[in-house]
Amino acid sequence: MSAHNNGIWSWITTVDHKRIGVMYFVTALVFFVIAGVEALVIRIQLWRPENDFISAETYSQMFTMHGTTMIFLVAMPMAVAFFNFIVPLQIGARDVAFPRLNALSYWTFLFGGIFLNSSFLFGAAPNTSWVAYANLTSSQFSPGHNVDFWLLGLSILGISSIMGGVNFITTIINLRAPGMKLMRMPLFTWMTLVTSFILVTALPVLAVALILLAFDRFFGANFYQPMAGGDPILWQHLFWIFGHPEVYILILPSFGVISDVIPTFSRKPLFGYPIVVYAGIMIGFLGWGVWSHHMFTTGLGPIADAFFVASTMIIAIPTGVKICNWIATMWGGQIRFTTAMLYCIGLLAIFTLGGLSGIMHASAPIDLQQHDTHFVVAHFHYVVAGGVMMGLFAGLYYWFPKVTGRFMDERLGKINFWTYFVGFNLTFFPMHISGIYGMPRRTWTYAAELNIALPNMLSTIGAFIFALSALILVYTIIKSAISGEPAGPNPWNAATLEWSIPSPPPHYNFAEIPTVRSREPLWREEERREIEAVTLKVPDVEPVMPNSSYMPILLAFGVALTWGLVMTGKWWAPVIGLSYVGVCILMWAFEDPFARKGA
Amino acid sequence: MSDTAVAEDHHYTATGLPTWKVGFWTFLGSECLFFASLISTYMVYKGASTTGPFPADVLNIPLTSVSTFVLLMSSLAMVLALDGVRRGDKRLASFWLAMVIVLGGTFLGFQVYEFTHFVHEGLTISGNVFGSSFFVLTGFHGAHVTVGVIWMTVLFIMSLRGKLTPAEALKVEIAGLYWHFVDIVWIVIFTLIYLLQ
Repeated sequence: MSAHNNGIWSWITTVDHKRIGVMYFVTALVFFVIAGVEALVIRIQLWRPENDFISAETYSQMFTMHGTTMIFLVAMPMAVAFFNFIVPLQIGARDVAFPRLNALSYWTFLFGGIFLNSSFLFGAAPNTSWVAYANLTSSQFSPGHNVDFWLLGLSILGISSIMGGVNFITTIINLRAPGMKLMRMPLFTWMTLVTSFILVTALPVLAVALILLAFDRFFGANFYQPMAGGDPILWQHLFWIFGHPEVYILILPSFGVISDVIPTFSRKPLFGYPIVVYAGIMIGFLGWGVWSHHMFTTGLGPIADAFFVASTMIIAIPTGVKICNWIATMWGGQIRFTTAMLYCIGLLAIFTLGGLSGIMHASAPIDLQQHDTHFVVAHFHYVVAGGVMMGLFAGLYYWFPKVTGRFMDERLGKINFWTYFVGFNLTFFPMHISGIYGMPRRTWTYAAELNIALPNMLSTIGAFIFALSALILVYTIIKSAISGEPAGPNPWNAATLEWSIPSPPPHYNFAEIPTVRSREPLWREEERREIEAVTLKVPDVEPVMPNSSYMPILLAFGVALTWGLVMTGKWWAPVIGLSYVGVCILMWAFEDPFARKGA
Repeated sequence: MSDTAVAEDHHYTATGLPTWKVGFWTFLGSECLFFASLISTYMVYKGASTTGPFPADVLNIPLTSVSTFVLLMSSLAMVLALDGVRRGDKRLASFWLAMVIVLGGTFLGFQVYEFTHFVHEGLTISGNVFGSSFFVLTGFHGAHVTVGVIWMTVLFIMSLRGKLTPAEALKVEIAGLYWHFVDIVWIVIFTLIYLLQ
């Protein structure tokens, strides 16, 4: 990157997957702080029974925005940050398949996120929870713009995700270096591939659910209106047909991260590589057959219930297989307890607990008791805040030296991990208990007679420790990026291809594309020397890389503009935005990414 | 095709397939789920309307059969246009691209007529759930055809200017993939909505 332009415009017009990856991460981190503050507001309100810190309406907005932000603006884009930075390096590619499309994904995501959060400025933040069940979302029961911001913002984000999925499937299928067979790919690349397939198939279903809702709200259609023959349950089906695969969109990248990190810090190849790959693929498939376990209380009937109980229990099997494989990888290894490794082990412990409570409400009769209580809140925070985020932070500490050429501060890192671990458990473990006692979700306060003041106080204290940990993390990132210890090309002595090039990587990644002969190319002395001979040298002529372009940000702006104009309720207003989008697409199509300047 | 693909894409690819093609097939996979969800919605709401007009009152099978035939013929024109581009025959390519545009436009004309006719009969997007699901499903299909016609128009202009050399055949092939896909979706819609009332 040194010979490269560094001004602000060079970042805005960049099509370099590494810069886009960094932008994804930083943006996701900002939203992480925002959604974290929303969580703290929730916890302050629940500090004692019948508290009046915020109103019921504000509370609804807080938990809706907290959930929506954490899922769509934190967990997903943070995983995509790693897809961007790491996957091309792991497969020996100079960039992703469609660099401009990649930039478009980022800008669309950013504008979608801003769109969603701009609702606060209008005092109309979404307030119908991140699942937004019909027909609470109908114009009749939600007359304000709150639901509009939610559904339009989310559909912008969906477009970004579909484009990203297409890009990464194509990249991984087509841009692998010679010899990088599918069954030699690092697990992180594998899980990116599976996740991308889920992205391109699940997001269109959400898109349709949102489109139907938009037509109901803006054009008076009747999709979720029981009076006219519509069915609110259709929303739940469409939403969860997307929503359950979404759960695996969140967790599979983290599974991929720790499948790369654990072998590195155990000095052992991953135990049962093909089994871990197949288990990941199987999770991707089975994830499509379990959605109605979110809907046991809607009265689907015993046959449907029995089917979804069984399929939900079956999907625990490939997950359990993976957990056994990670433990077997550590078994007998020379384990180094770096912060990245601690986060991996933390994920194993916490995700397993979250999986176990998941198995509990896989059973329909038990679920009827737990549905919509804080027990469920505890469950999904164990798998997402514990599982997903710990995996992503493991990836952060692991790949940070590759991205910046500097180590993360290990001493601060350990403090970050342990405050995270303690704060997390203190926040969410008591929710199991308050939930069992019957504390409902999405309710702004609770009665003193429920006897759940103590677990709620503990949760609130835990939340502040958790927030402290997040602050330490942000501080550690900034400090390490500026003055961290310099790291070489392969500071962890890891096995995969991204560690064969300098840190930070040159903008063309690989001076020459190496040939791969095994799954752990850098752990086989002969192969390592062969690869490093071409990846560490300075090329005589720099490889030609695509030009930067203004089109992605201009087009992404058009998408957000069009969606914003839908909100006017006039059919012709979005047509203006669409015309602008059309012009942008044409200009895009006729822009030559390799045109030489001045030629 | 493999020669032109290599000429189009100088980079080595792991599968030997042009990157654009892999990407576009992936996108079409995504589109399948999109239309599957819309069609499922229509099927779920079949017979759910509490007030008319009902499908049997408004749907005109002979008329829509004609527009379906027109759309299917446009796929044939698309195949011949691609063949013209590959042969380097500018006149042939331009003629068949124009035919795709004319036939696609005709199909859209039928749809505009059908929509206005239905509205006169009292079927609207807000009237009953049949109207909602019918207009949204066929409307999104029509929007796809419209995008296709615009795309074909751009290719037609390029062809007239001699920009569509055999080395550029991949561009036309991908546009063709899109066009055929939209056609196939219509076959499903026509069968499920019109023929199997």
